[in-house]
This record gives sequence, structure tokens and C-alpha cells, in this order.
Amino acid sequence: MNVIILSAILGVIMMYTGVMSKNKSTARYVATAGILALIGANWLEFAGVNFFNIDTRGMLEFTSFGLVFNLIILVCTLVYFLLSGKDLEEVGANAADYFALIFFILTGIAIVSAFKTMLMLFIGIEIISIPLYILAGSDKKNLRSNEAALKYFLMGSFSTGLMLMGIALLYGATGTFYTDGMYLGLGNITVMKMAGLVLLMISLGFKVSAVPFHFWTPDVYDGSPTVFTSFMATIVKAAFFIAFLLLFENAFGRMHSEWQFAMALITAATLIIGNITAVFQQSVKRMLAYSSIAQAGFMLLAIFALNNIGKQGLILYTAAYSLPTIGIFAVLMRMKDYTYEGFNGFAKHQPLLAALLAVFLFSLAGIPLTGGFFAKYYMLVAAMKNGAMFWLVIIGVCCAAISVYYYFRIIQAMYFREGADPGIQVSEGFKTVLVLTAVLVIILGVHPDWLLHLLDN
Amino acid sequence: MIAAFDNFPALLLWLPLIGGILCFFIKNERNVKTWSLFSSIITLALVAVSLTYTDQKHYMLNEVKYFWLTDIGASFGFVLDGISRTLVLLNAIAFPLIFAATWNTKYSNSNSFHGLMLLAQCGMMGVFMATDAMAFYFFWELALIPTYFLASQWGGERRIQAAFKFFIYTFAGSLLLLIGILYVYLKTPDQSFAMLSFYKVKLSGDEQNWLFWLFFIAFAIKMPIFPFHTWQPDVYEQSPPAVTMVLSAVMVKMGVFAVIRWLLPVFPSAVKHFDSIVIGLSVTGIIYASCVAIVQDDIKRLIAWSSIAHIGLMCAALFTLNHAAVSGVIIQMFNHGVNILGLWIVAGLLEQQLGIRKISQLGGIAQKAPVLTILLVIVALANIALPLTNAFVGEFLMFNGLFGYSKYVAAFAGLSIILAAIYTLNMIKNVFYGSMNPISERVQEITLNQRLVLAVIVVLIFIVGVYPAPMFDLIRSSTDTLLSRIAAK
Repeated sequence: MNVIILSAILGVIMMYTGVMSKNKSTARYVATAGILALIGANWLEFAGVNFFNIDTRGMLEFTSFGLVFNLIILVCTLVYFLLSGKDLEEVGANAADYFALIFFILTGIAIVSAFKTMLMLFIGIEIISIPLYILAGSDKKNLRSNEAALKYFLMGSFSTGLMLMGIALLYGATGTFYTDGMYLGLGNITVMKMAGLVLLMISLGFKVSAVPFHFWTPDVYDGSPTVFTSFMATIVKAAFFIAFLLLFENAFGRMHSEWQFAMALITAATLIIGNITAVFQQSVKRMLAYSSIAQAGFMLLAIFALNNIGKQGLILYTAAYSLPTIGIFAVLMRMKDYTYEGFNGFAKHQPLLAALLAVFLFSLAGIPLTGGFFAKYYMLVAAMKNGAMFWLVIIGVCCAAISVYYYFRIIQAMYFREGADPGIQVSEGFKTVLVLTAVLVIILGVHPDWLLHLLDN
Repeated sequence: MIAAFDNFPALLLWLPLIGGILCFFIKNERNVKTWSLFSSIITLALVAVSLTYTDQKHYMLNEVKYFWLTDIGASFGFVLDGISRTLVLLNAIAFPLIFAATWNTKYSNSNSFHGLMLLAQCGMMGVFMATDAMAFYFFWELALIPTYFLASQWGGERRIQAAFKFFIYTFAGSLLLLIGILYVYLKTPDQSFAMLSFYKVKLSGDEQNWLFWLFFIAFAIKMPIFPFHTWQPDVYEQSPPAVTMVLSAVMVKMGVFAVIRWLLPVFPSAVKHFDSIVIGLSVTGIIYASCVAIVQDDIKRLIAWSSIAHIGLMCAALFTLNHAAVSGVIIQMFNHGVNILGLWIVAGLLEQQLGIRKISQLGGIAQKAPVLTILLVIVALANIALPLTNAFVGEFLMFNGLFGYSKYVAAFAGLSIILAAIYTLNMIKNVFYGSMNPISERVQEITLNQRLVLAVIVVLIFIVGVYPAPMFDLIRSSTDTLLSRIAAK
């Protein structure tokens, strides 16, 4: 509850900062301080200190799972602000507003990590989505940014429509919005209930860009200003996943066998299409868009398996995927050339940045000693423990092998090919934050227990 | 005394790791070389010391287990038993020899080159000592990453593609291995990755049969066994000599070793079920690789193909599950590592001095470089496994086992000795004897450091060839345990 209310307040404060202060950078400092405050507030709630006591009538429930998830999201946002805050200011004239929108998104994320009724789910998802439509189109003079925003808006509202319809059908079938209440009438799984479930699956599939509902993703990610692509592809995507997981666990957990096969098909398609299409991309930004689809395929394994290891895995995956991706995007934003060739000879001119990028790419590819390895490990164990559909695991590892191809193309370009100096300027502070991020990624790769033990509280 | 600090497995991991990381921070090329040579000699000394503490009384010194991920039952567990000792010793001997032999080679960024070399050594140490499947997998991959960088950053023109092919092959193989490990892990009674839990796990015949292939393909790619060998000749040819030496002397042994430690005792019934297929593949590979070696005109490719043939023989012998053959394989892993190191040193030397590797363009080198020729001939004879040389001991035992398994298999595999004689002697004849031509005029006698390195190799060849008893003592008990474990299951 702390995070929901405080981040909403911070969003309003950010809007005023834009009006009150003429200095562009003020907003960034206030936002960074705000995120730190949110991390503190979340931690306090974790320790049992609640600032607000509001009776939500059981509509929200703050579990350690949700709070740890919030913690990861907030830390990722902090890293994102520290690395890309400056680029964020340069997108347009209204820097403070962008920060405000991001805080509103965080409110939505805190809601979807705690919802217990469909209403809260819907509100949370909309609070996340609407600011995103604005952010996607924030580069107003750029046609591609406008296209991205429009496309995102149309697709987003379409999927929201499906979600509402699904919720309505479920309400009709069970007479309640509470996710726990969906267990009522379990004995006879009616057509209405299944239709509601399928609609929800499709609409959330849109949100997490699962195949075959992924067509908007590459264009939107590619067209949006890179600094917001970074945010959308990591933090927001993880938030939709948590909503997906919690909904299907709480509401449809006992009907697992009814929808598991459909989920397996979606997962397999996401893995295969995402990875294979990523191989053929020439632009690193577009490759990262497809890679986010491919990684979503792995995260879907948690929902497919729906067990405790899968839940732990999703937490780990959120961190092990978001941190490296934010890091790569932060460097990519400073490059003039977004193609693979742009990275030629990068290691010679920027040895430190190249080494850090290599760590991030290793993590995305799931190489041991980085967080990505254990993230994939947990997902695979979750799917195997589930027992059914072993072929999905095989597809998963084959796709992990394919993903090495496109991630390592950047490493090849950086280290083994000659090229001109990309001429990028980075501050010492940027380097320090990037090093710390890489250290976090490696710690997750050696001792993921330290993060996962938080869940036991 | 050393025990006061810690125990051997831990030290053997930390030394190359720290040595390797420090390398990255040394700017001067000469200092880097001195440091990496020094640090690898320290490792070798430590291994030598550890060999004096092999009895049961010092058991605590040779086994270590750190808690790692208690929730999922993984730990950093390492042991030095007879089998791992042999390979750890090979790993420790190979690196100082490689560094000394390539002392005069110039590298751009020599600090990262040497750092990565030592990191690769650390990774292989971990593989050879791991008693926990998770730790094993971890180090299995960690050995691969530095090697990938080494092979793609320095070396021939087509190095990037060759190394990438190698990487993708092995990585795909190891992911299959990971699935297999996870499956066995979920079946263990105590949900643990420990080797002993893996040995105890009860798997049905069908499960063993498909798990066997997940494990075997990963190891077969690494060894490599026909038909998974296609990455190897290109990588050996394109990599810089030092990296080729690491790959062929030590790294391919990871595959053979892994079969001994993680495949045979875990899936014994599948091993008995598929032994004819694996032996068939291996023998096909032996004959095929030997025939290809005969027609090679490139020295490096010739050695690469000969290595495939030798490894194929080891793999075939392993699957006979015969006591003599398995001991032969373990000893042969060590011997083959030493011998092929000698061959690569000479090949690298010729390439460095003359800039060509074509056998047809060379000739008469013996007149200009008699010492080099004598040393090479000894190494080459060891490569054909002539009596009195080290390889004879191993190959004799392996053929012994194969003969017990099937006379026809032994006869076919035995052809490899004849074929090996053909290509090796042919190479010696064309390169070192015959008439001198303008290109080979330029060859110079070997330098002192190379002379020393080759002399060490020759000494090792003869010591093991004439008096192999200490090596058998070293591996006897662990071979016994291994085979009785397979028989009991």
C-alpha cells in the first residue's frame, strides 16, 4: 500500500516540479530521490510498517511475493533513472511530465502485484498502459514515434476491450469479481467461464507480447524513443507478467489442466518465433525488441508450470532480464549507429563498456555466472517439475541455443572486428552505475538465494 | 602444512583464477608473460605436492564442499581422486609448457590473452574435480567462454566463424546436458546435485535410454566423436598455436573425462544397451579420420584429424567397460595430451618461422635443424604408440579391452595404428627429410626454451613408456570403485 499511494503522490509532485522549476535537471534529481523514498517505503512495508491503513475489502493483498517484486521493479527503475535520466530529459520539452508518467506507471505496477479482484487488475493494467501510450509518442516531431503511439494505443485498447469482456463473462459465470471466488462452480466448467478465461488469456497475451499476439511489439519498440523502449521492454513487461501469473494462479489455478495445453502452445510459439525472427534483424534495437519476445517465452514457462519454483523463477527472471537490458539500452542510446556494424571495434575504444555489455549479453543468453543462467534454470526446472509436456522444455533449450547467435553477434562485433571509434561520451557516474549493475547481475548468477530468500519472510 | 590454509581442490581453483584476473591489469607484455608462466608453475608445484598426500589419512585435504544453493541442493563440491588427479596433473603440466613454448610469440593485448588462458585453466580444473553436477555444469561452461574469446580474437583469417561454430556446437550440447542433469536431479531421492546422489538414483530403462543421449551428445561434441567432429579441424587450424594446444591437449579430455564420471556410472544399463552404437560410431570415426589425415597437405589439419582418431579410440575403449581398457583410457588421456602438445609445438614453430603449413612445400628440414628433428621424431613415434613410448601403454590396454569385447571391432580399430603410421611417417618424410627447397632453407634451429619444452615432453614420454606403474597406482582404486559401481547397479 505504501508504494501505491506514495508513487501516485510523487507523480503529482513531479508534474508540479516541471511547472515550478526552470532548471531541466531538477526533475531528474527529484525523481531519483523519489524512487529512493519508494524503495525505503517498500522495505518498511516488508518489515511490517504500514503508513496507511485503508480497508480495501480484500481487493488488494500485499504478499511477500508482491513486495519483493516491487522491490526489484523499483531498483530497476532506480538504475534506469541513473543511467538514462539524462536521455529522458532530451526527448522533449516536458521532462518532468515523463517522470510523472513513470511514477503513475509504478502505481499501476504496485496494484497489479497485489490485486485480488478483477476490478483492481483492470484498473492496474490501465494505469500502466495509458501513460505508456503517451510515452511512446513523446517524440512528437518524429513520424515513427507517432506511428508507434497510435499502434500501441489501438492494440492496447483492443486488448483492454477483450479483457473487459472476459471479466464480464466470468462475472456472469461465477457472480463475483474476486479471483478466489472463481473457484465457485468448479464442478461444472461452463462454456461461459472458459470463454472468459480464453479472453483474459488473449488480452494478457497482447500485453506481454506473446505470439501470436505480438505483432505490435517490434514496431512499437522500434518506433518509440529508445529511452522509453528500454522502460517498456523491461519493467513494464515484467509487471504484466506478474499480473498474468497472479491472475492465473489465484483464479484459474485449480483448472490448470484445462488451459495448460493452450498455454504450452503459446509458450512454444513465442519461444520459436521470437528467437528465430531475432536472428534476422540488422538493427540492434529491433533485435532487442524480438529478444524481449523471446525472453517472454521463457517467462511464460512460469505461468505454464504454475508452481512455486516458477514463481521464484519469475522474480529472478525479472531482475536478471531487466537489469542487463536496461544497461544495454543505456549504452545503445549513445550510439549513432544502431546496426551491428556500429559496434565494430567497440572494445578497443571503450574497453570497460564493452566488458560490461558482454556481461549483460551473457546474462541475456543465459551463460553461467550471470543471473540469466539461474533465471532460465528455474524456469526449466519449473516446467520439468510440472511433469507434463516435456517437449516444451526441449524447445526451450533449443531456443536458448539459438539466442546465443544474435546476442553474440554484438560481442563478435565489439571484440573481434575492427571499426572506427563510435565516439560516445560517458561520465564517470554512468560508468560506476553500469559497473554496479553488472556486479548485481553476477551476484545473481552466483548466489540467487540471496534474492529468493527474501520471499520466505 | 599447506593444509593449514585450505585444501588442494580449493587452492587449485583459486590460484589460476586470481592469477588470470591479475593478468588483465599488467600492462607490460614481458611482465604478463613472466607472471602467467610463474603462476602456472606454482599451480604445477601445488599439484605435485598434492600427489604426495594421496592416502586415506589425508582424505580431508583432497575433498571440499562449500554450501552454495542449499534450497536447490547444489553445492560447490570438489574432490581429487585418482581419475581427476591424472587430468589435473595434465592440466597443470600443459600450461607452463605452452607458455614456455610460445614465449616468443607476439600478441596484441597480451594481458587479456594470458588472463583468458589462465581462466580457461581454472575452468578445466573445476570440471576435472567437481563432485556436484551443478558445479560441473558451471565450470564446463566457464571453460568454454575464455576459449571462445581466445580462439576468435587471435588467430587466422576465418577464426571468427570457426570459433563461433565451435561455441554454438558446444553450447547447444551443454544445454541438452543441462536438461539431462535437471531430469536426473528431480529424480534423486534427496533432491540434490551431488555426484553420489546421481550415482544412487533409480531410473527406469527407458528413462536411462534417452537421458543417455542427452549426456552423450554433449560429451561427444566436446571430444569430438564422429559425426559431431566437424567443428574441430577448422578451429585447430584457425586458432593461435597456444590455444590449439590448450584445446587439443586438455580441453577435449573434458569430454572423455565427463563420460567416465557422469555417464557410465549414472546410466549403466543404457551404456550396456547402446555400447555397440557408440563403439560403432567411434570406430567409424577412427578409420574415417585416419584416412582423411592421410590426404591432408596442411600439418595442422593433419594433427587435428589424427587427434580425432585417437580420441575415438579412447571412447570406444571406454564403452567396453573392461577394467584394462578403462585404465588404459585414463592413462592415455594424459599421454595423448603430452604427445599432441609436442606435435603442435613443432607445427607452430614451422608456421612461425616459414609462414606456411603445406607439407608439399616443405622438405629437408633435418639438415638445418637436427635437434628439432630428433625431438619431433620421438614425439611422432609416440603418437603412433611404438613400444617404449607412453602411448603404447595406453593403447595396448585399450586394444586389450576392445579385443575382449569383439575381435572384429579390435581388428578395425587396430587399423588405426597402421594408418597412423602412414600419415605420421609420411609427414616426417616429406617435411624433415628429402631434398631441401628454398622455403625450408630459411628454417632455424629451435631456441633454448623450445628445446627445453620438447625435452620435457620427451622425458615424460619415456618415463611413462618404460615405467608406468606409478600412474597405475594413482588410478587403481578409483577405477575399481567406478567399475564396481557400474557392475553393482
